Amino acid sequence: MRRLAVAALGLGLVAGAAGSVLTAPASLPPETLAALAAHPADATHGEAVFWAGGCASCHAAPGVAPSGPLEPRLILSGGRRFATPFGTFVAPNVSMDPEQGIGGWTQAQFAGALLLGVSPEGAHYYPAFPYATYARATPQDVADLWAFWQGLPADATPSQPHDLGFPFSIRRAVGVWKLLNLNADPVIAVGDDPVLQRGAYLVEALAHCAECHTPRDALGGLNTAAWMAGGPNPSGEGRIPALPPQGWSAQDIANYLQSGFTPSFDVVGGEMADVVANISRIAPEDRTAIAAYVMAVRSSPSP
Amino acid sequence: MKTLLTTLATCVALGLPGVALAQDATPHINARKAMMNLYAYNLGVLGGMAQGQVPYDADLARSAATSLFHLSRSGSARMFPAGSDSVSMPGATRALPAIWENFPDYGARAAALAAATEVMMNAAGTDLASLQGAMAGLGGACGDCHQTYRQAQ
Repeated sequence: MRRLAVAALGLGLVAGAAGSVLTAPASLPPETLAALAAHPADATHGEAVFWAGGCASCHAAPGVAPSGPLEPRLILSGGRRFATPFGTFVAPNVSMDPEQGIGGWTQAQFAGALLLGVSPEGAHYYPAFPYATYARATPQDVADLWAFWQGLPADATPSQPHDLGFPFSIRRAVGVWKLLNLNADPVIAVGDDPVLQRGAYLVEALAHCAECHTPRDALGGLNTAAWMAGGPNPSGEGRIPALPPQGWSAQDIANYLQSGFTPSFDVVGGEMADVVANISRIAPEDRTAIAAYVMAVRSSPSP
Repeated sequence: MKTLLTTLATCVALGLPGVALAQDATPHINARKAMMNLYAYNLGVLGGMAQGQVPYDADLARSAATSLFHLSRSGSARMFPAGSDSVSMPGATRALPAIWENFPDYGARAAALAAATEVMMNAAGTDLASLQGAMAGLGGACGDCHQTYRQAQ
């Protein structure tokens, strides 16, 4: 056992020396920082980005009911646990508390977290935080979201540590994961239709549907060749269905995202209940756009 | 017997736990599923009207809402005996063991559903806008329970 540990340590040092440049956390390019600074931030639009991005699904306190009042969904004190094959991730406090949350952050630090998965201290976040999706968000949406975020309440609940086994406990290794999985390229080419383009943006950059509806490879990266093909639940029992669900129309999908009712009037459950609690708060035309995109996925050739 | 031995041997060879074999539903589980279909029928009547896919019909709406009112008061918690969960009966039910671990909370959610069906019963026959106004609360009461206590597909 001790020899194994020494061998692993030795291998780690060699790999670390070779990979330290490749795995170092990146920083935002100057044009992104300039676009962030130049945008007149709109907190009202930021709220729409907040619901489309589903931030509250993970960062609201455990036990906040999807159909309950709005206020608890806006207290981003963290604490929800996500058991995965790599260990258990615990959503951190991202409320505006300056000590326990992110109240002391700058707009650029917020953007770095969202678009690159990098903390203000320059460490990698684990991709349970779906920054590989948010990487596609526009700087304008990020600036609006931050403007909205700054008006959210502070909560002093301390963040809990993740519970991960070796080697996933090595944060620096996330740099390798990012090399494989982090890019801002569109996944599905949807052409010129503005509704489909809007739907693609909402799904691929904000709503992160694929984080559950697309199967993952051995390292936890999304298998984009099987985009929205369904797969094992990444954080629990059972399977996540393929999209679009068989026999559903675009109107059925839009209705479901608004009301939680399936076409046969079953009612949404599991993680999806929280998704509906968020997506039901965005504009109806955005739900229509998501539905149009989801319908287009089936006939589109995957990359 | 030989089939059982072969199955067990296959399980051992594949490293599968024996308890993962799908189980047949019990009468309790079959009855629960039938009850959920009754909910879905009546919700389908009301939801179809709320979504504008079925013409609004006050009598039919009132009838469906009254059915839901009585379904939610039918004492169906007694159809959830211990051991009829998705871990004990894999493949037969999606009722998570959490129901039995938090039975008071499960009961509280059932009470919330009963309250929501009463709101709907008082609204459905008034007019379409009243029906639509009660729909979110009713769907939410279903969803709050499904979120915590029903296994993903």
